[in-house]
Amino acid sequence: MTAPVHPTATGPEPAFDPGAAAARATGAILRDTLHGTHRGVVVDSPPGAGKSTLVVRAALELAAAGRPLMVVAQTNAQVDDLVLRLAKKEPELPVGRLHSSDADAYDKALDGLANVRKSAKAADLAGLDVVVSTAAKWAHVKVDEPWRHAIVDEAYQMRSDALLAVAGLFERALFVGDPGQLDPFAIVGSEQWAGLTYDPSASAVTTLLAHNPELPQHRLPVSWRLPASAAPLVSDAFYPYTPFRSGTAAGDRRLSFAVPSDGSGPDRVIDEAAASGWGLLELPARHTPRTDPEAVRALAAVVRRLLERGGATTSELTRALGSAPAGGTPVADPAPLTADRIAVGTAHRDQAAAVRAALAELGVTDVTVDTANRLQGREFDVTVVLHPLSGRPDATAFHLETGRLCVLASRHRHACIVVCRAGVSELLDDHPSTEPVQLGVTVKFPDGWEANHAVLARLHEHRVSWRP
Amino acid sequence: MSLIATLARLEAVHSGRAQPAATVRHRHLSDRPLVFVPLTTAGEAGAPLGALVGTDRDAPRLLAVPQPRDRDLRFAFLAELADVMLPYVDSFAESVEAAERTETDPETGKRVKVEVELCADAPQLIVPSRAGIDFVRLLGRSMRFRRTAEQDPETPHPAPPRVPLLGRWLTHFGERARVPGSSLLLALSDVLARHWTTGQSGLEDQHLGALLAWIAPPDGGSGAEAALRAELERDAAGQLLCPPAGPATDPAFDNKLLAPAIERYDRARQALAAAEDGMAADDRLGAVTAAERDILALVEKCALPTWEKVWDGLDLLRTLPEGAHVAERWTRDRWSFTGHRDRITAGEPPQPRRDDAVTAANKLAAREREQARLDAQEALDDPLVMAGRRLAGEAFAGEVVEVVMAYSEGKRPSPRPLVTVRTDDRPHLGERAKAYRSLNGRPQSAEFVAEEDDGTLIVLRVLDKMGRGKEPEAGSVPEKGDRVCFTLFEHEQRGGAKLPDPEQTPWTHGGPPGEESVPEAPDPVTEEDLL
Repeated sequence: MTAPVHPTATGPEPAFDPGAAAARATGAILRDTLHGTHRGVVVDSPPGAGKSTLVVRAALELAAAGRPLMVVAQTNAQVDDLVLRLAKKEPELPVGRLHSSDADAYDKALDGLANVRKSAKAADLAGLDVVVSTAAKWAHVKVDEPWRHAIVDEAYQMRSDALLAVAGLFERALFVGDPGQLDPFAIVGSEQWAGLTYDPSASAVTTLLAHNPELPQHRLPVSWRLPASAAPLVSDAFYPYTPFRSGTAAGDRRLSFAVPSDGSGPDRVIDEAAASGWGLLELPARHTPRTDPEAVRALAAVVRRLLERGGATTSELTRALGSAPAGGTPVADPAPLTADRIAVGTAHRDQAAAVRAALAELGVTDVTVDTANRLQGREFDVTVVLHPLSGRPDATAFHLETGRLCVLASRHRHACIVVCRAGVSELLDDHPSTEPVQLGVTVKFPDGWEANHAVLARLHEHRVSWRP
Repeated sequence: MSLIATLARLEAVHSGRAQPAATVRHRHLSDRPLVFVPLTTAGEAGAPLGALVGTDRDAPRLLAVPQPRDRDLRFAFLAELADVMLPYVDSFAESVEAAERTETDPETGKRVKVEVELCADAPQLIVPSRAGIDFVRLLGRSMRFRRTAEQDPETPHPAPPRVPLLGRWLTHFGERARVPGSSLLLALSDVLARHWTTGQSGLEDQHLGALLAWIAPPDGGSGAEAALRAELERDAAGQLLCPPAGPATDPAFDNKLLAPAIERYDRARQALAAAEDGMAADDRLGAVTAAERDILALVEKCALPTWEKVWDGLDLLRTLPEGAHVAERWTRDRWSFTGHRDRITAGEPPQPRRDDAVTAANKLAAREREQARLDAQEALDDPLVMAGRRLAGEAFAGEVVEVVMAYSEGKRPSPRPLVTVRTDDRPHLGERAKAYRSLNGRPQSAEFVAEEDDGTLIVLRVLDKMGRGKEPEAGSVPEKGDRVCFTLFEHEQRGGAKLPDPEQTPWTHGGPPGEESVPEAPDPVTEEDLL
């Protein structure tokens, strides 16, 4: 495994200044975007590295430079979030929100913004400095003259065919995304096109770089979200060749509880996670249905105890200039760990539904429970995760997918607790990856098998065995 | 695997018989399908050994290649195959009905309706297994770029007439088979496995003999035991009693029977070539013919059990009534067939080796739409399929216990009645989730409002299909006591966005494809092509 490399290391251990490193990267990106000669710029951003901040900043600078800008995001929630951030940062900026003609097409919070115009027709938004919409909606837009510039957000989660539908709308573009998260997928087989540079089921960035290998590629080097305890593991396991650092040092963030442990499994794993940032609640080995009732109850119990024990989080006060984190305000005083700062992550929707039902039975509300796909791009203080391979008799490509585990293990600012049946290491050893090799397809590293082993090895150091 | 499929497999294991997975037939079956049981030669991709083909169960046409590595003999086989298949395909091309299609007017750019022909029926090709579909594709790929002497007098190895044409048709069938729910080319084992669940794995289900043994065991005994016998039982000479459905053959057949027979044939041919006078040649020609007949007999022996099983399987499928949406999907197949017929008539070049970026994206989008459409239609057509979706939390059925009239806010209030459904299902309803029910074949949408009584009462707000008036039209709102079934998935699929024309392919996807290879040249002849 590659040890995290100092992004600018030249001599023996100069003090790493995360703010300066991030600012340098951002500066280079903006330079290439605003003054570069290439039609595209690609930015790889690890989890919580200030991707949204970068998008907002680039949008404002492009608008200030008088270049009409279209922004392509992947979901309506992402679009609304971007519009809100833009308006917060620059309330005077005329922003267009292009939306679908369905009912509730956009977040009602947008109605309160004076300079945000909303319409289902692109013509109504002509002339605005920035127009934001989803890739699906942009695909229906026809223009006589293309936009001078575009920003494509979450470009690694966008499918190549979606980019094909919108690429005619702009002359140049900044592509921003996280290569470690879930790849886009198709609901029908697409092996027929595997190995083609424009395989429609590949990610937009894969196709873009296959056809334009000369485009400048940048990387954001610092994760502001992940604490010092999590960044090395996530970086080693999921970004072995493009390491990143945490923006905070060990001890900058603290998670503490007013009520002492009652000695139960959930309480012990909570204390372990509070102390070390990671906790593994290991249930006895067993093959189970997907909605493993014991595991679901264990997840719910951990969440309830997190809330009952009066948790408080302390975050660092100072931050590097220009690289404020996504969400959350910097605080020095402890903030209470409330339900809205906790998330439960699963692999399947029925598992999420089962956890929601179990939480409702315990009277716990307002905790986000969702699948990895839907938790992408979101951030919480504490996450409780049902391991994708828990209780399974087989390790399919779906459950091994690197991005799935990466999303689940990188949503937290303080601690991540994984609930899992024992025996996953043995399962992995019994099921080495056997996906057919496709000619012409770039092999992605690390593969899910190796990433899973790396994460498990680390989690085992924080294991609490529990028989419910 | 869905929960209901797991349950059905467990029941199948327990009872020793396949369990129904559907109450109606979800694929179109032609009255006159063309059954094609191909066999291939081990060790060389795309080298046909022989085939049984035909539309009459009692009169299959037997074709064989006595020396599969001889290109001339292979061409002769393909020409014979074309003689069987093309007249069958052509027989559907002439009978047409008038239809309308919306097209973009090239001058005004507006969408206009145009009168076009639609073939009244389409051919249907049935192969025993999924590997058979791949083989059809491979045959199509190997034939469609060939040139006949008429097309290109210079070509060193001219293909017999009509062989390239057959290649184009087989390519079309193979490509259409990738579209979910299509029925132009069906693999029988896949269709059977869609309608019955056996107590074996999906991989084992691809053995047609074993699959049929689970569904209809001979003498009504245990399906599991009959399946095992179908897979393993051999005669005194070590040959499988139920040969694999192909196109690959059993190694014991290859080694013990086929290889010696081909060797005899080769020797007889060499002897014939070495004959010095007419008398000797006559004798030796007789030996060649006899050796050829032996190989034909072997191919027939190997393919005939599968041929019979394919027709048995079709009979089994015909016992199920056709699903309500099957005809609509078959109409799409007819459009597909008509479209290809027109492309051939118009003299267009054969399908390219690789799709360009726009074609690939269009195909993927169309197939994803068809998959979603198929999933919805199968559930709507079949209560057993719907039960699986209900079990998965994607639908719920129950009785209407209360209907409260309510209206939307605004200048012209429209009816938005609140309907309470009592159900034992556990749908995954999120806040304001949409639910749909089929109202006279059209989807009516509703919105999830609340859950009461521990989730057994679900309150929905009906949103549409109630007419324009202030009062909903009669029959458009469920009434107390009605049995209703709502799905969380949509019933119909929206068309996707229009992609740019291939000539407008953007820079991100490599720009417009070049014109250099239209029409594409046939594959170059390599040393390996010559014996």
